[in-house]
This record gives sequence, structure tokens and C-alpha cells, in this order.
Amino acid sequence: MPDKHLSTQFDAELSGVSTRVLEMGGLVESQVSHSISALVNMEADLAGQVLRDEERVNRMEIEIDRDLSGIIARRQPTARDLRLLIAISKIIANLERVGDEASRIARVVQRLGAVGMPGRRLPVGDLQFECDLAVAQLRKSLDAFARLDTRLALEVLKHDDQIDQEFEGMMRKLITYMMEDPRTISSSIDLVFVAKAVERVGDHAKNLAEAVIYIVKGADVRHAPMADIETAAK
Amino acid sequence: MSDTAATLANALEIRQLNFFYGKFQGLKNINLDIAEKRVTAFIGPSGCGKSTLLRTFNRMYSLYPGQRAEGQINFYGQNILEDSQDLNLLRARIGMVFQKPTPFPMSIYDNIAFGVKLYETLSRSEMDDRVEWALTKAALWKEAKDKLNQSGLSLSGGQQQRLCIARSVAVKPSVLLLDEPTSALDPISTGKIEELVHELKNDYTIAIVTHNMQQAARCSDYTAYMYLGDLIEFGETKEIFMKPERKETEDYITGRFG
Repeated sequence: MPDKHLSTQFDAELSGVSTRVLEMGGLVESQVSHSISALVNMEADLAGQVLRDEERVNRMEIEIDRDLSGIIARRQPTARDLRLLIAISKIIANLERVGDEASRIARVVQRLGAVGMPGRRLPVGDLQFECDLAVAQLRKSLDAFARLDTRLALEVLKHDDQIDQEFEGMMRKLITYMMEDPRTISSSIDLVFVAKAVERVGDHAKNLAEAVIYIVKGADVRHAPMADIETAAK
Repeated sequence: MSDTAATLANALEIRQLNFFYGKFQGLKNINLDIAEKRVTAFIGPSGCGKSTLLRTFNRMYSLYPGQRAEGQINFYGQNILEDSQDLNLLRARIGMVFQKPTPFPMSIYDNIAFGVKLYETLSRSEMDDRVEWALTKAALWKEAKDKLNQSGLSLSGGQQQRLCIARSVAVKPSVLLLDEPTSALDPISTGKIEELVHELKNDYTIAIVTHNMQQAARCSDYTAYMYLGDLIEFGETKEIFMKPERKETEDYITGRFG
């Protein structure tokens, strides 16, 4: 069965826009890694880099959206082509939000750098672990998109719990720090926001994975129980 | 739309329909229901049998020797393929409009009145009313009311096609068959015909064959995709165009058909 359109130009437009999505995905993925790395090592420069990338990410979102409208207007896509374009529109909105979360973390780094973090006593290493999980989820969801692989997308959806558990563990830990040493309250609260931001990155990865299942299977699995999602993704 | 579809009556029920042009089999075991007061579109590449299928619905093929249909086409329970079927009556109940506008070489008024006179005896004023009614139904009254005595051929292509629709509507059929009704028309006239199809489905069951997939997407409730004489997929239009069940259908409507 032919996988290419009669119009090779249409094929080029679709693969072009998909490539740009992956570019944008790669950029926000590095933003998240950099922001946590900046926090753990208190590198203000790296935090500044994350904030500068934010502008590129925003611009990419707008450009990709413009490409999408152009393709829809001229090609009147149907079925899986239409689903791809609708899904991309959602994916880039999620990626842009991931960029926002990274920037949020970068701003915490700048603030902590200004006031001085109370020693290295706070559990930033645990944040690194939560962040690694989230970045892995994000990368996996982008891979699933690149290969239109529902099996991989399903893995992302199944592993989201892990990040949530990590986040809750982090909360308990930070509460303990704050109770034991009230001087850490201010910076602990900052870290609560960081942990929440990382947890949200995981949620966005999950949305990407759901979009992949929508593209491939035409099934809308948002808010569906896992058993239903598994059936739909098969 | 989909919620009420289940409760709709079927105007036509096609069962195990096979059609032959001499030895060549044009339709292969077609089973399909055409819902009452809905628009059903037939799409597929040239030669897939969609026009052939449409022409079985009012036995238009009977005009040609060597063509025959086997199976059943039940029109409100009556199998119209039976020899006892009165063809003139059938074609009054199931009207057809063709690809190219085919007005008769007579006045606009007589184009409408001609068919009506075959089936009914109306007084002059009743006929006037019927002509106005049909032209209004076909969204042509405003443009044609001051030139009813002019030749139908003096109208533009789009107007001629609406005149043909008015002519079909005038005999008060229950089903309208449209065989690529807009393929010879410009976009504005096409838009008017599509708008008209939308209006007409309040009163009529409509089956439309079209090469324009977006037209099927725009104006039908159900879509049938045919290929090489087979009915590949049939379903609600929004499902067919968003998430077809069959890969063949998807490849065709997304333009991947090789």
C-alpha cells in the first residue's frame, strides 16, 4: 500500500513540519536538563542560557503554527494527515509549556544565586533524579512521535506515576527540612516550585504520548483508564 | 445527527446487488442502506462503479441492452429490480440529475411543466404554482421569475443545473440522485448547489456521486467508498474523513492512492 501522497510537495510539507517539531522538542529537552544542572551546580550562566532559549522556543511555536494553518488551508488534509496536524498543534503547545517550566526553574536559580542558597544542605540531588526521569519521559515521547510508535507512547503513559511518586517524596523531604531548620523555609519553597515544574514536564510528556496514539490510531485517550488506553494503542 | 440516524427509516435497501455490462461485472455484491432524508455520497476513483450503482437506483441502465442487475434494491420495501416495476413511475419517485446540465430546448416554464404533465393533470394556475414552487425549491425562482418564457438554454451553466434540479423536484419524487452535479460548474455555482442539497434533504432522500472528495465531506451525512465494483467502506461522513476503518479508504481520501 502506498505510503506517499500523489503530491510529493504535500509529503515534503508534512515531514518538514514534523522535523521542526522534533527540533523544538530537542531544544526544550535541553532547556529542562540545563535548568536543573544550573540549579544543582548553581551556575547562573547556564540559567541565563535557558532563559535566552525561551525566546527561540516561543518563536518556533508561532512559526510551526503558521505552517500548520498554511498546510490546512491549501491541502484540506483528511484522516491521518489531519490528525497529524491537529496533534502537532497540541504537541507544540505542550512543548512551549515545557520551555516555560524550564524558565521557571532558571529564574529560581537566579534568585537563589542572588540571595545565596543556605549551604548545600537542601536535597537538590533528589531533584536531579526526578528531572532525569522527566527528561527521559520527554525524550521517549518525542521518539514515539518521530517513529509514530504507539508502544513507546504507551510506556510513557505507564511510567508517569514514577515522577508523581518522586515529586511526593520530594515534598515530604522538603517539609522535614523546613520543620527542622526554619532558615531553609524560603529556599525550600523555591525547591517545591522546582519539583512541581519538573513534575509538570512529565505531564506534558504524557500529553505528547497521548497525541501520538491519536495520530496513529485515531483514538482520543485523554482522561481514559489505562486498560482502555492499552486497547486503543494496540 | 448520528444519534437520530439509528431511528431513521431507509429509503433504499440494497441487498446482494451484482451488476453486469455484458460479461463485465461492474458491481460486486453490494449491500447498503440509504437513509431517508439524508445525503449519502459515493466516492471512489473513475471506474469504481459509483455511477453504475446510482443508475441502478432508478434502473436507468434498462435503457441499454446487455446491462443487467441481480439482487435486490428495496425502495420502501418494494424490490424495484422486479420486471413488474413500472419504470416511468419509478423515475418519477426517484429523480436523477446528470453531470452536464440537460435543460430541454424549451422555455424555463415548460422545462418544469413538461415532466409534471406526464403524471398529473393540473389547471393552469395549479401548474403556475407548481413551477414557482419547484423553482423556489431549487433556489432559482428569484433569478428566473421574470424570464419564465425564455429558453432554458439561455441560463448560465449553474442556473441550468438548478433548472434540472427544479425539473426533478417538480414531480415530487422521494429520492433525488445526483450524478456529479457540479463537476461542470464554477465554485460559486457549486456552492449554490451544495447549499441547495442541504435544503433539499429536509424533504428528500439524496444520493450524490462526486469526484470532489471535499464536496462529499461538506454536504453528505454518509459516505460510501467504492473501488473496482466493491463497496469498500460505508459510514458516517465525519468518521470516514476523520478516522476511516479501512486502510484503502484512508489512502484514497488522503491522496495516497497510487
